[in-house]
Amino acid sequence: MAEHTVITQLPGTFYRKATPESANFVEVGAQVSADTVIGLVEVMKQFSELTAGMAGRIAAFLVEDGDPVEPGQVIATLYSE
Amino acid sequence: MTQGIRKLLIANRGEIAVRIIRAAKELGIPTVIACSEADVDSQGARMADEVHVLGPARADKSYLNIEALLGALSATGANAVHPGYGFLSENAEFADAVLAAGAIFVGPSPDTIRRMGDKAEARRTAQAAGVPVVPGSAGELLDVESALKAAEAVGFPLLIKASAGGGGRGIRLAQNAQQLSEEFPRSQREAQAAFGNGAVYLERFISNARHIEVQVLGDGQRAVHLFERECSLQRRRQKIFEEAPSPILSPQQRETLCASAVRLTESLGYKGAGTLEYLYDDATGEFFFIEMNTRIQVEHPVSELITGIDLVQVMLRIAGGEPLGLMQSDIRINGAALQMRLNAEDPARNFFPSPGLVEELIWPQGEGIRVDTHLYQGYRVPPYYDSLLAKLIVHGADRVEALARARKAVAQTTLVGMASTLSLHGELLEQPWLRSADFNTGTLEAWLAERRTGGDA
Repeated sequence: MAEHTVITQLPGTFYRKATPESANFVEVGAQVSADTVIGLVEVMKQFSELTAGMAGRIAAFLVEDGDPVEPGQVIATLYSE
Repeated sequence: MTQGIRKLLIANRGEIAVRIIRAAKELGIPTVIACSEADVDSQGARMADEVHVLGPARADKSYLNIEALLGALSATGANAVHPGYGFLSENAEFADAVLAAGAIFVGPSPDTIRRMGDKAEARRTAQAAGVPVVPGSAGELLDVESALKAAEAVGFPLLIKASAGGGGRGIRLAQNAQQLSEEFPRSQREAQAAFGNGAVYLERFISNARHIEVQVLGDGQRAVHLFERECSLQRRRQKIFEEAPSPILSPQQRETLCASAVRLTESLGYKGAGTLEYLYDDATGEFFFIEMNTRIQVEHPVSELITGIDLVQVMLRIAGGEPLGLMQSDIRINGAALQMRLNAEDPARNFFPSPGLVEELIWPQGEGIRVDTHLYQGYRVPPYYDSLLAKLIVHGADRVEALARARKAVAQTTLVGMASTLSLHGELLEQPWLRSADFNTGTLEAWLAERRTGGDA
């Protein structure tokens, strides 16, 4: 079992849900595939999906919903089996 | 509120904050900029007499935070707020709160903001002032017979729209009575299935519409217009290139259009600067009011250049209690002006945002060239707000001269550090349809689509 990081290439604001009223895209512990959306990055009013990038289980989010993010910043970690 | 503005709080950022500070300085009014933590190094923060930090970068924690802005007023002793555009500029609740705090809101009354912010109410207000609106059926229609009867007044081509629809859904086009008879029952069934409500109504379809808007100023008693702006070149409803006056209106059409705008403005007892947006039907020469923006607009400089009137200064004077000094007969069109928006977006990547560090920056200079911007060399454009970097604005004795200066201005501009729409404007200025002003609100997107799939792609 190895730990991997999910990194944003974009600067902006990170969101864990599609709208303030929605549920989170994924929770810690959830099983994800490479193309599972785990959050959104808003840059200049445009939203881009952030995907897990590989299959595994979400270990932790290092960024809170609504936090500013920089390119290269680790958003989440996941375990691959 | 005739005591005047002693100290002005600017509740905005970017180029418009810089623009407002400039006008306040010219009037000798001290300024406070209320900004987010991400904007403490901004050009506006450098220029203002005082800086008050509202909160974190996120707009809902800073520029949209009414509590924080009221806190800024009391902490700094400012007695007036200029809201700029966007953010809280058309938020009646904010205007209410500013007035309740005993300060001046640089703009119309909260009631006017509320009234014109409600589309149906704005339409009724326009009709009451004798201003044409897009022809439509008065209420919902229950059967084909009443639809055909209503269509006589609405005119063809028309759209059958679901009352409960929105965002472009539940709309069908009918070119003539025959099509209306066929499509009407389908529309009702579709509306029922999609929205749980079969109510439909008719609205004229204006296929070659231009977006033309009229700039107005009012002091609560009297209003004047500063002629019109042509803003048809849009991408996803965002204007990219604007000009004044409209190159296609006859003097008679201009007079009728602008007089209608003044009528509506005076019927509101309007105070401040405002813009009435119209659709102009190229095919018939008719114009229809669509909405009013109760604030300063991004494209206001083109009206300033053709009239020689500083709109932001006049806004501040009116808000401070001065009557409108201008008579309509004092306001004349001098030449033509164009504005090109430089956005931090990459035209080669479908306009993907491109914030970054301004590594090198050279603005154009010369007769008839103005640049409204908040950029400086070494400035990092934050990713949290909209992508407007600068407005290149040119003025000429006529449209041909203005276009020549626009080409010069684009060629002289250097911006290194991020992708921008600068190169797009270079290309746009070479298009024959732009030079002949043969365009409508669909033209820019059609051109962009063709360019993507075209030979040099």
